[in-house]
Amino acid sequence: MSDSAFAIHHSAFSVSFTLNGSPVSVDVDPADRLLDTLRYRLGLTGTKEGCGEGECGACTVYLDGLPVDSCLVPTYQVQGRRVETVESLAPKRLDPLLAQGATQCGACTPGVAMTSCWILDHPDLLATHTVRELLAGNLCRCTGYDGILDGIAAAMQVRP
Amino acid sequence: MKLYQPKSTAEALHVLAGESGVVPVAGGTDLLVHWPTRPAEHDKSYLDLSALDELRGVRWGDHELQLGALATYWDVIADRQAAAELPLLVQAARLVGAIQIQARGTWAGNIVNASPAADGVPVLMAYDATVVLQSLRGREEVPLAEFYTGYKQLRKAGDQLVVAIRVPRRAYTVERFHKVGSRRAQAIAKVGLAVTQSAFGWRLVVASMAPTVCRCPALERLLTSGAAVRAPDELLPAISEDTSPIDDIRSSAEYRRRVLARVLFSALRGG
Amino acid sequence: MPLPIQFTYTGDAARYRCVGTLRWTVYSPIVQRLEGLAKLTGRERYVDDVPLEGFLWGATVRSPAPRGRITAVHFDPSIDWTQFTIVDHKDLPGPNVIALIESDQPVLAPGYVRHMHEAVLLLAHPDRAALRRAVAAVRIDVAAEPAALDFRLAPRPDQIQYGPDNVLKHLHISKGDVERALAAAPIVVEGVYETGAQEHVYLEPQGMIASVEGDVLVVRGSMQCPYYIVKALKHTLGRDEARLRVIQTPTGGGFGGKEEYPSTIALHAALLALKSGKPVKLVYDRGEDMAATTKRHPSLVRHRTGVTPDGRLLAQDIEVVLDGGAYVTLSPVVLSRGIIHAAGPYACDHVRIDGRAMFTNAVPFGAFRGFGAPQTHFANERHMDRIAARLGLDPAELRRRNLLRDGESTATGQVIRDGTDRQAVLERALALADYDVKRARHASFNASGTVTRRGVGVATFHHGAGFTGSGEVMLASRLHVAGLADGTIEVRSANIEMGQGTLTVFTALASQRLGIDPAAVRIAEADTARVPNSGPTVASRTAMVVGRLVELACDDLRRRLHVEGATGETVRAAIRRWHLEHPDTALVAEAAYEPPPGVVWDDVNYRGDAYGTFAWGAYVAEVEVDLRTYETRVIDFVAVQEVGKVLHEVLARGQVQGGVAQAIGWSLLEECRWKDGAMANAQLTNYLIPTSDDLPRIRVEFLETPYAYGAQGAKGLGELPMDGPAPAILNAVAAATGADPCVIPLTPERLMQMIEGRMQNAELGTR
Repeated sequence: MSDSAFAIHHSAFSVSFTLNGSPVSVDVDPADRLLDTLRYRLGLTGTKEGCGEGECGACTVYLDGLPVDSCLVPTYQVQGRRVETVESLAPKRLDPLLAQGATQCGACTPGVAMTSCWILDHPDLLATHTVRELLAGNLCRCTGYDGILDGIAAAMQVRP
Repeated sequence: MKLYQPKSTAEALHVLAGESGVVPVAGGTDLLVHWPTRPAEHDKSYLDLSALDELRGVRWGDHELQLGALATYWDVIADRQAAAELPLLVQAARLVGAIQIQARGTWAGNIVNASPAADGVPVLMAYDATVVLQSLRGREEVPLAEFYTGYKQLRKAGDQLVVAIRVPRRAYTVERFHKVGSRRAQAIAKVGLAVTQSAFGWRLVVASMAPTVCRCPALERLLTSGAAVRAPDELLPAISEDTSPIDDIRSSAEYRRRVLARVLFSALRGG
Repeated sequence: MPLPIQFTYTGDAARYRCVGTLRWTVYSPIVQRLEGLAKLTGRERYVDDVPLEGFLWGATVRSPAPRGRITAVHFDPSIDWTQFTIVDHKDLPGPNVIALIESDQPVLAPGYVRHMHEAVLLLAHPDRAALRRAVAAVRIDVAAEPAALDFRLAPRPDQIQYGPDNVLKHLHISKGDVERALAAAPIVVEGVYETGAQEHVYLEPQGMIASVEGDVLVVRGSMQCPYYIVKALKHTLGRDEARLRVIQTPTGGGFGGKEEYPSTIALHAALLALKSGKPVKLVYDRGEDMAATTKRHPSLVRHRTGVTPDGRLLAQDIEVVLDGGAYVTLSPVVLSRGIIHAAGPYACDHVRIDGRAMFTNAVPFGAFRGFGAPQTHFANERHMDRIAARLGLDPAELRRRNLLRDGESTATGQVIRDGTDRQAVLERALALADYDVKRARHASFNASGTVTRRGVGVATFHHGAGFTGSGEVMLASRLHVAGLADGTIEVRSANIEMGQGTLTVFTALASQRLGIDPAAVRIAEADTARVPNSGPTVASRTAMVVGRLVELACDDLRRRLHVEGATGETVRAAIRRWHLEHPDTALVAEAAYEPPPGVVWDDVNYRGDAYGTFAWGAYVAEVEVDLRTYETRVIDFVAVQEVGKVLHEVLARGQVQGGVAQAIGWSLLEECRWKDGAMANAQLTNYLIPTSDDLPRIRVEFLETPYAYGAQGAKGLGELPMDGPAPAILNAVAAATGADPCVIPLTPERLMQMIEGRMQNAELGTR
């Protein structure tokens, strides 16, 4: 077997991916999590760390269009893939969430906004899932979730 | 930390054959929990499977469903045929974490992680799934029900990689799944139960009741005998024979035993 | 069904008067949450998001034992320790004390530890991964001594570590003659009630950045009380206030958890910054935050109540015991609020309440939304249902007969005369919840023999707003409103935004008071170099007490400008004109707290007006219990409260829904598992808070009887919703199952033991 057939990394190496629609290359350590790469290497601090164990969803980003906890994604696995963060969301889309009280302290909010927009982008899922089930990966300690659910419902009304 | 990023399964098998203790990484949802605070884990070698496209996805054959080693819970949730034909897979997948975990977590990872509380393993076992192992030495298939030999002990050699899971397509007369967690979503099972009946007989699989997810021979015998069960407590002797639940930070042995009896009783009555 | 409430609607939000009836909510036109879009788009920068150059990460090395002498500290020789900044208690320039109520808690353990995870050493290093390895490479040896770990048991002599008996604080309330009234009572009902600790789980973990800028030590971070931190830094570091500056960063939830604890992190970060000469960022991860910071006080409450056969309360004899943990922290005031609320919102002539906060070698307990009142309300409201069951009365009827009427007095002898019809608050909640219909429907459902049971439960309760007793007078809060040269104004207060809506509410209050566009109002950053001490952001006091200061400072501004009573452009023009006439001079108006007239509190005997006012609540919970798994699910929740005046509908509703959700978690899910006085389940995987899928819609309604001394008539709101849900839910479980659960969290395991334990003791074992 020859090492040239594939990569072996012991130290920092470059990972390239599409971030919020633009190509990006960043040097990372093999041990880096996507969350840390986004926050501390690329300065995208909108994605928050609430638990580091995949429970709270504050670090939710889209990976190839699906919501994932970026605290559980090794950065080396996003090579060649598509990542979207809260910074990619159009503020206008978030107005119904704002109006209904979907955010209070705001620490869970970027993740909540990501999952909410994902639900809004996939209304077909509501044939099999409730919004409450789809939102269950985002812990919020302030709202009791009603403000978020009302915001999603209001946004659905806005949709054509 | 040493990271291997193979471009093919063959390359991955070379790595596993050449170095012991290399940890394969699929979705990372178990490996990366509390990752920064576990520096000892950073000193190991890892094998990234994510570029191995041949291990992705869900494939339906004439006689079986094949889950690639990288097939995620979401792959199955989104598969209409799975919901129609192997509904327990979908039911269980929907109770693994939430969408963020379902999108990344893999069935194979769930099997290899070998948690006694696994959510995906009981339903696979109740459907008589087989684990397909590959190494440079060749291919081996192990029935999932025989895959665990003890707590976190697998019938898998260090050079072997789980490349697929085969689930036979059968007609079932009974299919039941019940997970008791401490909350409705995103909970680790305190009691897990999967039951099927087909021409091949009863399969009764429990989670969080023993050092591994396991089939329950005494309960299966009881069901096969057709003996009338008039109350949940009548299941307790067989449960005691089949399981060895413990007290831990999530629940008590007694709770697990009693609740399994009720949930099973209720499942058998169609509830 | 007709509502037994007089409908009074003036249509004029500005003209309030107390009319002696409940008013339906009148919402004033309001701005949207000011920082809301920044939060939704991820632009809001929390402490861990602040851009920082050339800084060190800080970390804490903690005690591995609950009690004992530190005999050695080992540094693994495989690490080059010269690369690290290392601080221990010998590096302190002043007293090794975190200044709070008592001076008993060290900043860094001086050779002796009193609880697990007590801070012993501090480390700093530019690389966070290297720092984490280093923390794991320090071993602290402790010669263990007997630890006191159960606050419910009398301490053995070798466990006594505080005073003669480990009692951190003892308080007593007495009204009438309880012994005689109990002896004469035809019926006496007893009960013992327990509540567990609760972790705040603010979604943003705690964190601070300290740096020395010129001669000034600057501390930025997630906090509720900037001036608490100033006080703590000043005391320990021996720096005068001119060389100290504390700046609050947007705070991702607090719930009391960021009231006193941030002082510790601020001191730690400051010590590392002073020693290293570099900025230091000390941000906890979730595990450290859960293990090492404060929790809600566990409680044990005993009730002995004399009643008449028709349900009149004759005497209430109540004993309250709280677990204080290893240092005094805020336990005396938590105990104080706890006992003051312990007898509930009921009229009773003979009341005795005895309260003790106990020292144990547990991680210290601290402030948490409700501050002792949720614990005592839980006991009292559960006990009311026990009394109702004994008398064969509808629990709602028992409350109807005993709720305070105007002119009657609380346990401390505070005569309530606020114009609120408390019976009507209850009736409204019962009507909204369809209480009578549900009770009848449940009776037939439960008789149908399925595996589920349904029940409905009520709780009526109150919450005193602001600091207890003379606390507000002692705080002597001050607030500034500055008129700026461009005709806009800036509100300068130390009260912070942590999600509850301070920025929005203060903006609305100032803009409405002066009749100016909200866009012309700015709320200053809570930076102690710029804002006066308007007191801590705690105790449901911000909108009511400090919001009132916003209004008064607006009035003072107009007075200084000689435009008293003017609004809108007149005021703004006057501000601009003033600046033209006084170039390079600041125009700063001020308001200072003054107690409402006639409020008298005797702090020695615990008699009198404990609070300027109370908010009142009546909550109804409907539950479904699965008899196979003993899982309890709340399927409907109605929260009706009288809060003086709703200042912002969306924010107020959110406070109630969030508080109820947090209390549902405390009631059913959230259990701290203890090992050596510390949390054994310090992960969100094992300490479960409710997800969206665990909660029902929380239906909220407000009633208003304006309070003359609160902003626009507002009373405190933030803590009230923590008080009612636990007893309402357990009362509903009791109605559903016939069990009499008295302990929370009511986990399925507990409920199973309670219902089946008696029958199958042999099988259940000793637990």
